Amino acid sequence: MSFHTTLRKGASSVFLRIEEGLDGPFGGADNPLRHLGALGLYLLWIIVGSGLYLYTVLDTGIDAVYSSIAYLSLEQWYLGGVLRSLHRYASDGFMLVMTLHLIREWCYGRYHGFRLYSWMTGVPLLWLAYISGIGGYWIVWDQLAQVSATATAELLDWLPIFSEPSARNFLTPDSISDRFFTMLVFIHIGVPLLLILGLWAHVHRISHVDYLPTRRVMLATLLALIVLSLLQPALSNPPANLAVIPGELDFDWFILFIHPLTDLTSPAIVWLLLFALTALLVALPLLPHPPPEPVAVVDAANCTGCDRCLADCPYAAISMQPHPLRPGFKLAVVDSDLCAACGICAGSCPSSTPFRRRETLVTGIDMPQQPVHALREQLEQTLTGLSGPRRVVVFACARGADASGLAAADTVVMPLLCAGMLPPSFVEYALRGGADGVLLNTCRPGGCDFRLGDRWTRERLAGEREPHLRRTVPAARLQLSAAAAGDESTLSAALDDLRTRLDNEALAGEPLPPYLRRASNHA
Amino acid sequence: MLKPAAIIGQVILYGAFAAFIGYFATSPKYHQVADDVALIKLSISHLGERECRKRTAEELAKMPPNMRAPLDCPRERSDIRLEVDLDGQPILQTVMHPTGLYKDGVSTIYKRFEVKAGSHRLAVRMNDNLVKPGFNFVKEERISLKPHQVMVIDFNPDQGGLFFR
Repeated sequence: MSFHTTLRKGASSVFLRIEEGLDGPFGGADNPLRHLGALGLYLLWIIVGSGLYLYTVLDTGIDAVYSSIAYLSLEQWYLGGVLRSLHRYASDGFMLVMTLHLIREWCYGRYHGFRLYSWMTGVPLLWLAYISGIGGYWIVWDQLAQVSATATAELLDWLPIFSEPSARNFLTPDSISDRFFTMLVFIHIGVPLLLILGLWAHVHRISHVDYLPTRRVMLATLLALIVLSLLQPALSNPPANLAVIPGELDFDWFILFIHPLTDLTSPAIVWLLLFALTALLVALPLLPHPPPEPVAVVDAANCTGCDRCLADCPYAAISMQPHPLRPGFKLAVVDSDLCAACGICAGSCPSSTPFRRRETLVTGIDMPQQPVHALREQLEQTLTGLSGPRRVVVFACARGADASGLAAADTVVMPLLCAGMLPPSFVEYALRGGADGVLLNTCRPGGCDFRLGDRWTRERLAGEREPHLRRTVPAARLQLSAAAAGDESTLSAALDDLRTRLDNEALAGEPLPPYLRRASNHA
Repeated sequence: MLKPAAIIGQVILYGAFAAFIGYFATSPKYHQVADDVALIKLSISHLGERECRKRTAEELAKMPPNMRAPLDCPRERSDIRLEVDLDGQPILQTVMHPTGLYKDGVSTIYKRFEVKAGSHRLAVRMNDNLVKPGFNFVKEERISLKPHQVMVIDFNPDQGGLFFR
């Protein structure tokens, strides 16, 4: 195992434990660590909203800019002051969340294959975010702005891009004109606009994007930032004076850390670090990684063009095109570059029902590595071998908790590529084929490696999404658990719960009518 | 419905998030230079001289009337030699090269020197035509720098050459 893989897996283990720890108080849907992208976008909207107000009241003159911002903070603290503080703290929060998002995706190995596009489009966003943040500090034109502007110009001058040193623009107090601020405001609006455009591209190739976190997370985050803004309002340092080096300053380490780093080392080292880090991020997908899994395959004869796979695919890998054999019908087409090989499409296909009488179950869209037919064959064979008063079938996501330890004479374990690849009708099929109960294990809410597998599974079983589990299936015979890798005890406890329920005499008296596929009339 | 323990947990964690942001948005304070230090910024942007040759009358007669410039100047500019001494000790000795593919652009330099506040003897010497020996611009002065003061060494031929401000 390479050093990088060892490091990544170690970091991933730590991140996963923290993430699961936060599931306790937050739950999966509200766990900020599971929705860092959406939380980042939300913080960006706070920045944009508060920034629009600040832009309308800002005077773009050397003295006017400082006094107009000071007026907001001191005189109009209840509105302008709070919005200014929100603007600053949301920006810091955005940097923090963006960094955590980057680390999380790296930890979980989400930078190659079908995720390559999202990874590569994310790298320039780091630069745009920091440029936007640093530029924002200059607008205030206080001593912190002076330090940042001068240090940034000196840093830029190390690169051979200007014929004259840009730091000459900050030599003396009369070097700065009102036009500089007008230009700065345009830059501070233009670069964030590029950032938003880049974010659109970043999420372009995934479907059902979480543009915002849950309402509870939004309210709590906003409340936390407002309280912070009231307790510790963002204030300006003394006005800039290029004839004097500022003394001790309140310093924003989230955005401006690059200046002390330059003072501590040198511009050459800082540029080397920045370019090396960028090159490393770009080169990460080139490192050795597991070969891609076989992608979904469409069978034109069995595809009805119903659009369900299109609606459920988490990565927009499916498109619908005119059916070549049936005029007026559509046919699903898989883009192999985008397919994550999760099998969620096979789980969504109505042709995947195991109740079909055909000896070979060919569905509309299937996974070569775990075809629905093989799943049915395996289920039928193992059901005949089960013995005991409480026969249980465990369908378990292979990326979740290891379920192999649950196998016993009365329990069969069937691993799945993703819980979302299981057509809900398999639950009923198992119960009518001899099982007394079914345990279905997904990853934790919000923790699915394929984004939506756990969510679609829950919604399908609850009858909120097609294809749904028929209402005639007794809910008491189905146990849904959400146990991530390493969380085998939760899975085991879920099985114990199901067995306890199955011991209930009343339930035992309500078995589903058996189903004999070979004698039925299903096509 | 959230359990009370979950609510308390969330309040603590959102509070920690806000506190983390609030702290590192302003702290620890940053001190760019020590209290007893002043800064000398050397910033010069200047076109080096060219060695022009006076055309002879025969040469001028052969040229079209509208192009009879009396001097034949090469496109390239001279390097510029620059030396700075502080209290008699050299702190910079460099040669600035003209910019541009044809070396016809300005020669520039930007350096910053952190020095102890107080009185110093500052000498700057510059030669913008290295064909000639010595220095054709010299500025030497006793300066008094207050703590955190920024003093600039600049060059402007219209203001007599080198100057301090």
